[in-house]
Amino acid sequence: MKRLLILSTALTGLAVSAQASDLTVMSWGGAYGAAQTEAHVKPFAAKTGIATVMVDSDNPATPIKAAVEAGNVTTDVASVEYADAVRLCDEGLLEPIDINALPPGADGTPASEDFLPGAVTECGVSTDIWAQVYAYDTTKFPEGAAPTTVADFFDLKKFPGKRGMRKGAKTMLEMALMADGVPPAEVYATLSTPEGVDRAFAKLDTIKDQVVWWEAGAQPPQLLADGEVVMTSAYNGRIFNAAVGEGKPFKIVWDGQIYENEMYVIPKGAPNKDKALEFIKFATSTEGLQAQAQQISYGPARKSANATEIIYKDGKTVMGPNLPTAPENMANALESSFEFWVDKDAELNERFNAWLASN
Amino acid sequence: MALPVYATPLERLWHHAYRVICVAIFVFLIVPILVVIPLSFNAEPYFTFTPEMLSLDPAGYSLRWYDELLTLGMTTPEGVRDGAWWEQVWAEATWVKAAKNSIIIGFWATILATVLGTLAALGLSRPEMPYRRLIMAILISPMIVPIIIIATGLFFFYSNPCAPLALFGLDLQCGRLTSTYLGVIMAHATLGIPFVIITVTATLSGFDQSLIRASASLGASPRTTFFKVILPLILPGVVSGALFAFVTSFDEVVAVLFIAGPDQQTIPRQMWNGIREAISPAILAVATILVIISIALLTTVELLRRRSERLRGVSPG
Amino acid sequence: MPADPFVTAPPALLTTSDGRPLKAALAQAQGRARRRAFLLVAPLLAFVIFTFVLPIAQMLQRSVYHDGFSANAPAVRAWFAATVPGTPPDETAFAALAQDFRQMKADKTAGLAGTRVNYTLPESRSLFTATARKADDLAPPYRDAFLAISAKWASPAVWQAMRSAASPYTSDFYLIATDFERADDGTPRRVQENQRIYVYLFVKTFVLSGVITLLCLLLAFPVAHLLATLPMARANLLMILVLLPFWTSLLVRTSSWIVMLQGQGVVNDLLVATGVVDDQNRLEMMYNQLGTIIVMTHILLPFMILPLYSVMKVIPPSYARAARSLGATSWTTFRRIYLPQTLPGIGAGAILVFILAVGYYITPALVGGADGQLISNLIDFHMDKSNWSLAAALSAMLLAGVLVIYWLYDRLVGIDNLKFG
Repeated sequence: MKRLLILSTALTGLAVSAQASDLTVMSWGGAYGAAQTEAHVKPFAAKTGIATVMVDSDNPATPIKAAVEAGNVTTDVASVEYADAVRLCDEGLLEPIDINALPPGADGTPASEDFLPGAVTECGVSTDIWAQVYAYDTTKFPEGAAPTTVADFFDLKKFPGKRGMRKGAKTMLEMALMADGVPPAEVYATLSTPEGVDRAFAKLDTIKDQVVWWEAGAQPPQLLADGEVVMTSAYNGRIFNAAVGEGKPFKIVWDGQIYENEMYVIPKGAPNKDKALEFIKFATSTEGLQAQAQQISYGPARKSANATEIIYKDGKTVMGPNLPTAPENMANALESSFEFWVDKDAELNERFNAWLASN
Repeated sequence: MALPVYATPLERLWHHAYRVICVAIFVFLIVPILVVIPLSFNAEPYFTFTPEMLSLDPAGYSLRWYDELLTLGMTTPEGVRDGAWWEQVWAEATWVKAAKNSIIIGFWATILATVLGTLAALGLSRPEMPYRRLIMAILISPMIVPIIIIATGLFFFYSNPCAPLALFGLDLQCGRLTSTYLGVIMAHATLGIPFVIITVTATLSGFDQSLIRASASLGASPRTTFFKVILPLILPGVVSGALFAFVTSFDEVVAVLFIAGPDQQTIPRQMWNGIREAISPAILAVATILVIISIALLTTVELLRRRSERLRGVSPG
Repeated sequence: MPADPFVTAPPALLTTSDGRPLKAALAQAQGRARRRAFLLVAPLLAFVIFTFVLPIAQMLQRSVYHDGFSANAPAVRAWFAATVPGTPPDETAFAALAQDFRQMKADKTAGLAGTRVNYTLPESRSLFTATARKADDLAPPYRDAFLAISAKWASPAVWQAMRSAASPYTSDFYLIATDFERADDGTPRRVQENQRIYVYLFVKTFVLSGVITLLCLLLAFPVAHLLATLPMARANLLMILVLLPFWTSLLVRTSSWIVMLQGQGVVNDLLVATGVVDDQNRLEMMYNQLGTIIVMTHILLPFMILPLYSVMKVIPPSYARAARSLGATSWTTFRRIYLPQTLPGIGAGAILVFILAVGYYITPALVGGADGQLISNLIDFHMDKSNWSLAAALSAMLLAGVLVIYWLYDRLVGIDNLKFG
């Protein structure tokens, strides 16, 4: 046993010495990770001289719990969904962030007034507002015969063809209810009842055999491009980048979409906590948020960042109308309820999995 | 497998049908592996044969996906392809990094598995070995236990490698092995060990134990006996066990998914990303390279096997 | 000892040249040999125990252990310990709860504690987090204060669930993993039909593995027979066609099959080009159960061919000829003479393929779509969601199944007889 002990100590000594970088940021990879790398990581490293690396994950919220519990956190900043930021904070797995430590807006408004309501929580600061939308292939549905409402997504008669959908309960249930005629304001009240959940699943049942399920955010544009589906639910920014950035014939339907804040958080016990806070201050400043919005069509969560027009990195596309926060896109939109999902996520995903696995 | 002269017409018919069935099964086995090779030279970003490819028009073919393997992840992929450019490829390209990781991890995992496994196989093949069957069962089990269970166990274990010592009353907190080369190497060595044990004990089963006594009676130390007598005879088994261990590591992705960090991304890990997210023909280019490597490995093992059987006096075949 | 012709002396002990009794010397020598043999195995055994056995044991321990609530609610735990199950909560109990909640709010552990209770009683997590947010306002009388936050605090089910969670050791995760839940009085009952999944997936995993094993056997038998009966040189050549897939990366083979079978893939293109199917109705062979079966059959086929081949190779052809000469038809010869002799190979191959199929992860994850997922994928899902205890319980059940088959394999075939290539 003694030998084992010496060996393991020696081995772990070796192991610990193997890591060395000043600041590690974890995000979602793909177009989104690339946007944050360009807008935040690279400029931050250039400005401060802190060697910052970007790491991809399927969901950055996942590894935080294990790391914190074991007292071996390696990530300094993570980009997580709003409900995860709240849940992890509730569980004491994140460092608190003081809103007053954040820089004021470009116009001098204090951060507490500059950020949109809810965009700063106890442990997280919003980096953008994104939406779960659906998009279709314009070569399959020309103008005039194209889907325009969320109900059309579920209409196989008028719009035949395969659908891509996210493999998970969150946002898919809301989408199904709105397509079934539930107004956005009543979606979560309906979903809180067993009948409401049944109703959502019944709606999903109507297209189940036509659905291709995706998991990573990069998949839906790929499914559309390959012709595997004719329309798919997707993160709006990924579709925008494929359509505008790569010239793909995709169009987003702004109806019945679900939007929420994406949050930068600091895992509890992060090795470079101070630098992490510096990074977040930098990234969520008016300029930082605008810089990200130039890379991908997610809306900045500061009023001051929305005050001026943002141009996409191609130098000509105006971002405003492509953002989930644009007023004309908000007509029939739903804000994702973190209270609902923090509590119900496990339960509804169980049900979703059971539903998915049964034929 | 000639047809006997007394075969009935029905049997003749069956005989031919049987041949056709066998050919069909061989096609099923091999075509999916070979089909990626021409497709990896596709000039278009599709996974099917374009009309140009089918008419063997050179314009339908290109090396662009192989080129992408070099340039993906570079900060400045454009530019003159001089020494500096290649240096940058070597240092930055995602796939090159993944290849380096795969080789480093595979190499050390193989060394670890082969050294420990060969020693253990020597012990296991001695008739005096106590609890032989049980120990053998434990050592082979990494091959049998579902990889997801192993990976899950390692995920927790590597977060605090000293935690299992709590079972012995030692409550220690030592560093972590997640996101380290050492962690991945140890995991892969564990997965490769069964193969080494199996191949080396198989070789040792044909090994004449009296040779050891003969060597000892002639005054050789156990060390000398091992290096001069045993090792040369079992070497083919050791090498093919090592090759199996290497391939196991080279092909492994689940443990890497669970325990590796951003610095330890291997080729299969990159392929996993590629297949799950945006399957580009670059994946097929990697696949083609890997198929060629496996052909080379297969040839090596085949030659070793024949040599081993010749040495053991078994007729080749 | 002087010789006495009238007394039969006890037989003199055989001794070695240095005068020690031979039996002792032999025992000592054997002991030494045993220790030597063991010492050779010891390093590897220690390594495997440390990197394989202990980690899995440690992980499985989580399937019966979750201290999320018990560690963070010491006062309520003490109250539970002092009262018998079923005791309605009195003011002392609520006071203890208030004390715990204040601490939980300060430590931010209400979510953790609520998560544990939530496993036993759904929708408890929100109760905990909502209460913790108002923990500082709790004042006597505590019962009324709690009821003011939520009427649920009066529910016996909540208290029953907390009592159950007050011990870090629990069988609740095995209940969940077999589609059971606890009723309000704590007795297990099956969950509603539309929420049953685990038993179904276990059954499906085993059934699909069985189908794949059967397909492998059907495909492997003719090939192995052909290889075993062809002249050596040609058999060796064809053997390469079997071994090449065996040596090719799993991910390469999986991606090749995606390329072959997807909607816009090679096979569909071929079928459309030849007019077998029209462009609108391309076959769906990928991202579903069918995809999982096809790809896994391909990947596991060599594991069936190789053991079958090694058994068939040594079956003397003279038996079949003898049967034929005695008047048996070719079918009878096959059924009565040849097939029984191949049984050891069939057994070895089938068990090996089945055991590997049951624990498969990569292929179903990549090509399984919605209905081609196996139990391993669900374990991964719960790992992702940090439901570690549930993932551990599912792992334990899967592991138990695999070990039973492994034990069978060892009994029937012997692990020593495992060979490759």
